[in-house]
Amino acid sequence: MCGICSLDEMNFGRRVVGSMSLPDSSVVARNDPGDVVSDHFPAGLRVLVVDDDPICLTILDKMLRTCHYDVTKCNRAEVALSLLRENKNGYDIVISDVHMPDMDGFKLLEHIGLEMDLPVIMMSADDSKNVVMKGVTHGACDYLIKPVRIEALKNVWQHVVRKKKNEWKELEQLGNMEDGDRQQKQDDLEYSSPANEGSWKNSKRKGEDEEGEERDDATTLKKPRVVWSVELHQQFVAAVNQLGIDKAVPKKILELMNVPGLTRENVASHLQKYRLYLRRVSGVSQHQGGLNNSFIGPQDASFGALPSLSGIDLQTLAAAGQLPAQTLATYQAAGLGRAAMKPGITLPFVDQGTLFSFEAPKSVFGEGRQQQQQRNSNVKHMNLLHGIPATLEPKQPSIMQQSSAQPLGSLNNMQGNTHGNGQSSSLLMQMVQPQTRGQMLNESIGGQISRIQSSVGQPSPRNRMAGNEQVMACNLASQAAPVVDFSVNHMADLPGNVYPLGSTTTPGGVTTSHQKDLYTRRLAQM
Amino acid sequence: MNSEIDRNKLHGQAGLTRQSLFDQGYLDEQFVQLEELQDDTNPNFVEEVVTLFYRDSARLLANIEQALERSPLDFAKLDDYMLQFKGCCSSIGAKKVKNECTQFQEYCRAGSSDGCTRTFQQLKREHSTLKNKLEAYFQLA
Repeated sequence: MCGICSLDEMNFGRRVVGSMSLPDSSVVARNDPGDVVSDHFPAGLRVLVVDDDPICLTILDKMLRTCHYDVTKCNRAEVALSLLRENKNGYDIVISDVHMPDMDGFKLLEHIGLEMDLPVIMMSADDSKNVVMKGVTHGACDYLIKPVRIEALKNVWQHVVRKKKNEWKELEQLGNMEDGDRQQKQDDLEYSSPANEGSWKNSKRKGEDEEGEERDDATTLKKPRVVWSVELHQQFVAAVNQLGIDKAVPKKILELMNVPGLTRENVASHLQKYRLYLRRVSGVSQHQGGLNNSFIGPQDASFGALPSLSGIDLQTLAAAGQLPAQTLATYQAAGLGRAAMKPGITLPFVDQGTLFSFEAPKSVFGEGRQQQQQRNSNVKHMNLLHGIPATLEPKQPSIMQQSSAQPLGSLNNMQGNTHGNGQSSSLLMQMVQPQTRGQMLNESIGGQISRIQSSVGQPSPRNRMAGNEQVMACNLASQAAPVVDFSVNHMADLPGNVYPLGSTTTPGGVTTSHQKDLYTRRLAQM
Repeated sequence: MNSEIDRNKLHGQAGLTRQSLFDQGYLDEQFVQLEELQDDTNPNFVEEVVTLFYRDSARLLANIEQALERSPLDFAKLDDYMLQFKGCCSSIGAKKVKNECTQFQEYCRAGSSDGCTRTFQQLKREHSTLKNKLEAYFQLA
């Protein structure tokens, strides 16, 4: 059975596949359960549960089945990962234990975030704050303390829906961005009634539909999102290594990769994420600035700082399973996604001749900003927002896979973890950098933010770095801010670090492209 | 035997035994969660899980025992083992055993070898006691 997604999701799905018509949207899952959304939802939600303890696994399995979920149990993280990789769209959510002998649960979380962009729930008997925090910073959308009660599992479907919804929002925003003023209005419309998802979405869609034609012509708004598959990521990493992390600019990477349909923006956003990831895994010692800088893109002077992440590191990281890039992507996506709501968020559109000389980095956080400038951010940008995978021009359907491989979640984690500390995550959130775009990029890098900020000249506190992201996230949450001004305006409004606003998901865990795709497909199956 | 455990329906000795396990603190609410999972498709779910628990925990306890024989004690490792074990105990609602786990972890953090060793002995006793009681209970239920 398919997990029926809300109408919004359905619509989105349709849009993605090229349908221009706005479905009769009055149906929103909660309003008209009988209409579009299956009455059975969330029954059939495909859950992958991972726990090395057979007792817990047995109990969880039984509990999840009692919730009418479609359960796959696994007692080894490696096996879980292969299952996920082999079956990219085969699962809606992953529930994993933290302590596992073959792989640390957080590591698995990262992998999933990078590669599959699925919501992940962590579990443990350990309820100490720092571990829970770690879960948050790594991008887990929830953390359950053992013993897990069935009540806690009954509601996990919310994370799936939330993620998709966020994805939708981002996409819409991106779409809006493209249209400049029109979009602004739409955004306003959208934000004006955040609670009324169905209605605003509908109105948004209408607006978008109107502009659909022109958008299609002008931009790649409807382009499918790039899914950074393992293979694609490997190619990416190889290209980066070949160029050298310091010299790895999107354009060159793109050339080396030679993947039809992949745009520089896609690469740029992915690169940003990758950098964040590298930074994170290499530890604080890595000059954050370096990594961050790289993320930020050429613009950021400190950019070349990636010390440890030289080719060797990259290779190692790459060898590690492409997690870095993906994780990064996730983060980026997450961060971007959140902040990216703004239409212009997608990767600095090269065409735009934008601020992002670097292309991606900036966009990560400052995407929204840049996007704004670019306006034509198309869908591509949206992807960024979501999570990582750069939006892919539609022309290459092969590249774009339904499930965005980029798990925002992990990306988010990464950002937060750049320093390997929970603080990062909050920093990420806070980092939104309203200031200059260039700065924004730098800032978005995340934990490193403090570094970058200084390099960027950001007057704001180090937390600002993630400002963009945060702002974005906040914006998302607030929904009241016009997309364009997301980061900037909201930053001020934000109380401070704002964790993934509006959702319990991981910071910036906006990537829901996967989810969205999942639902799209499911819908198709319906 | 009833596949669905309805506390109200467990009569006689089974019901009393069950209740006393709760009253005396051997079991907690989590055990009820297991009972609620038992249904026609899994008529012996609780017993199966408990059996699995005792089989698996024997292994975990052996690891801890071994680690306790080292000198000096690796408290971090012991704490980690115990966390795992505690997860199992809590999953089946083994309240007293779980409390011993918590106590043990505290001694680990305090770096007390003596505390760990003593607590571990107590833990094993509780573990064994519960096993007997549950076995008796399953005979009746």
